[in-house]
Amino acid sequence: MDVTRASRLTRAAAVAGLVLLVALAAAPWWAGRADMRLLGEIFLYMALATLWNLLAGYAGLVSVGQQAYVGLGGYLLFALTMLAGLPVLAALPVVLIAGAVVAVPVAALIFRLRGAYFAIGTWVIAEVFRLTAAQLSALGGGSGASLPPAVVRTLAEGRDLREAMAYWLAFGLLVLVLAAAVAILRSRHGLALTAIRDNELAARSLGIDIWRTKLFVYVAVGGLTALAGALIFLQKLRISPDAAFAVNDWTAFVIFIVVIGGIGTLEGPIIGTLVFFALRETMADLGTIYLIALGAVAIVVMLRAPDGLWGLIRARTGAELFPLSRRVTGIPPRP
Amino acid sequence: MEWVNAVVQGTLLGGLYALFAAGLSLIFGVMRLVNIAHGDLIVLAAYLALSTAAGLGLHPLAALTVVVPAMAAAGYALQRGLINRTMGGDILPPLLVTFGLSVIIQNGLLMGYTADPQKLQAGTLETASLSALGLTVGVLPLLTFALAVAVIGALQWMFYRTALGRAFRATSDRQDVAQLMGLNRAHVFGLAMALSLAVTALAGVLLGIRTAFDPAGGGARLIFGFEAVIIGGLGNLWGTLAGGVILGVAQAVGGQIHPGFQILAGHLVFLAVLAVRPRGLFPKMEG
Amino acid sequence: MPEALLAIDGLDVFHGDFQALYGIAAEVAPGEMVAVIGANGAGKTTLLRAVAGLLGRRAAAIRWKGRPIGGMRADRVAALGIALVPEGRLLFPSLSIEENLLIGGRMGRRGPWDLAAVYRLFPILRERRGFAPAQLSGGQQQMAAIGRALMANPELILIDEISLGLAPVAIRQLYEVLPGIVGEGMAAVIVEQDTTRALAVTRRFYCLQEGRVALAGASGSVTREAIGRAYFGV
Ligand SMILES: Nc1ncnc2c1ncn2[C@@H]1O[C@H](COP(=O)(O)OP(=O)(O)OP(=O)(O)O)[C@@H](O)[C@H]1O
Ligand SMILES: [Mg+2]
Repeated sequence: MDVTRASRLTRAAAVAGLVLLVALAAAPWWAGRADMRLLGEIFLYMALATLWNLLAGYAGLVSVGQQAYVGLGGYLLFALTMLAGLPVLAALPVVLIAGAVVAVPVAALIFRLRGAYFAIGTWVIAEVFRLTAAQLSALGGGSGASLPPAVVRTLAEGRDLREAMAYWLAFGLLVLVLAAAVAILRSRHGLALTAIRDNELAARSLGIDIWRTKLFVYVAVGGLTALAGALIFLQKLRISPDAAFAVNDWTAFVIFIVVIGGIGTLEGPIIGTLVFFALRETMADLGTIYLIALGAVAIVVMLRAPDGLWGLIRARTGAELFPLSRRVTGIPPRP
Repeated sequence: MEWVNAVVQGTLLGGLYALFAAGLSLIFGVMRLVNIAHGDLIVLAAYLALSTAAGLGLHPLAALTVVVPAMAAAGYALQRGLINRTMGGDILPPLLVTFGLSVIIQNGLLMGYTADPQKLQAGTLETASLSALGLTVGVLPLLTFALAVAVIGALQWMFYRTALGRAFRATSDRQDVAQLMGLNRAHVFGLAMALSLAVTALAGVLLGIRTAFDPAGGGARLIFGFEAVIIGGLGNLWGTLAGGVILGVAQAVGGQIHPGFQILAGHLVFLAVLAVRPRGLFPKMEG
Repeated sequence: MPEALLAIDGLDVFHGDFQALYGIAAEVAPGEMVAVIGANGAGKTTLLRAVAGLLGRRAAAIRWKGRPIGGMRADRVAALGIALVPEGRLLFPSLSIEENLLIGGRMGRRGPWDLAAVYRLFPILRERRGFAPAQLSGGQQQMAAIGRALMANPELILIDEISLGLAPVAIRQLYEVLPGIVGEGMAAVIVEQDTTRALAVTRRFYCLQEGRVALAGASGSVTREAIGRAYFGV
């Protein structure tokens, strides 16, 4: 008898994933500029969705204020490059760390709220960040700022290389976030999280320090979300408080993505993002109707298939692409 | 004198925030539901009043006779048709569904009315004012505050002195045992949402007379209402009024210090209360 | 026997995957008092909650005056005239004692029970009527819970763990008033740990064991040994 996390499917998925990884990394050689931008955007949304899923789907921290970190990351990137004169690549690790550092006192405050009130509390924090950003006259106050060409050139000289760099950064972030998610979930913290999600009281009686486990996840997600924000606005080259701290763009849609794909699974956010972009690319001409449809689809999925699309697929096939759940092999069948 | 004036104006503004908050407080108290679309429903009520006033040639306050029942009916239908299906132990389904509603309402309004700011035309009520002791206060803010006190007093009375209030409290305490008393949970929740949206309708109309509104303005109203509830203490209606007043005064004084500081000051006071008294100033119930 | 008020037949009830009741069959006639006894975990509470509409799905398994009511919503069952005094009393903590009684009577069914009648039965409740339930002793709370159920003027009252946790004085008091409550228009099912007492006040009994009826019959003629066997399955 043997306990393992791998199954034939996860191994096949690993091989396919490796091929996909190489192909996507090579995109600058085969994809056009517009396709690359779209792919970059998809990667960033996948990263955001995976991060939100870690918070809500695993740690039970249902935040509706992740735009706080997206905006913070964007503004930090602009401040570090424009005001402190750092090259873009040097600014990014600083953004990651600063995002995590800021998350600590924020957590100390809002962890006092429970459930849905926690959710709105996170939104208040995002509003505080937005209003503060609007006061930063050095970064254009309420109307925002553009990244000067001199700063953009620190990324790479030629335009093609710059586009490729931005793409690789987005792709790298997604890989980093997925790796971090797998690592967290397979770590001691991950086990604790699963225990907490399944039964908070029982977990506490097992001596799991719920508060610290949640804090760890919240802070890690805060740092990575800030990094995602920096890359989002590196792509856009322009930032303003309303765009940087938009609840719909960086939280509502992300939540819809996760729920449609399947909350509490690593595959869900990926599938959800693909659905989101498929909808967007086909219905974008319809303007706001597309957003209404998105909201309606999310509601229907929540009511009819709360485990999302991936949940439906898994229920049919028992498939799992990431080697997370342990399975016991080699037990002789019962007589 | 400027400061006294700011405090007075802020207090009156707090009445409006208390009206934003009362509906939230009510549904949280009865069914532990936090309605993310609450702010958007406030804005929706303002638009409804806009169309009613224009269509029937009514004063916006007279339009309340249409908007209040319409919103209450919509609330009952919404609760029974949609939100009740999400009411289990898990907070995510109601949160997500009301978030979805929020996006749907916002974009629906955007399609119906465009993004241009609108205002309810209330004639002389908008500019009328009273002067005393060197202070000038608008009749509208005064009326808003008086209505807030009246609404909260009425809700308080309903909650603690009527059979409906008993049904609300019993259902809030123990849903299964309340069923044994012949109370249909789904219906009780529907009534709570109807009442919540009736109050929301009043809040939306007063908001629309006071300032311009647009489809994207729901989030801020939700947050102000939420802050008033938390500052005042969960489950305490008079506390909610006090929370609204504290928030209003913080904003007015903040705005007096620096115009860009107005809203931020309110949030900071909220966070300060959260840091020092996480259960609010006058708590009555577990969060 | 007169026509059954409540007739249970083939009742299975599950708690999630766990089956708590297997093919229960039982009857209660109008005005009759019936005991349900059994060891801890035998399924007594589950049975009462199923009758009250809080558990179970299959309609035909429970009949009320011949009409299938299994799986009906609890508020509808209550309106038919079935009242449950739940295990652990479960008064509404944010309602005063008097409000707890009033909400029991909110369906407005006709009958002998109103506030005054309940206060006459349990005078202490009148004195404590403005108190919160938590301020009452366990026995007083049990009186309030029974009073709350009586206020509905039910035709059938189900009392779960009528004397659990009560002082002997309070138990004696409750059993003194019980015969006066039941009879005429109201039948009762009581769950009681003290079998001797339960058999003394009832006409018939059902003894559950691991979700099945292990023994049933007339309360007066059953032997101690038979009960012991049915209880523990030895
Ligand atoms: N909510 C529940 N979930 C899962 N199992 C339950 C639940 N409630 C009861 N059970 C199980 O069903 C069985 C019957 O329980 P029930 O409460 O009906 O017993 P009881 O006869 O009332 O016991 P007691 O005398 O201790 O009150 C028990 O094995 C119990 O563990
Ligand atoms: Mg029991």
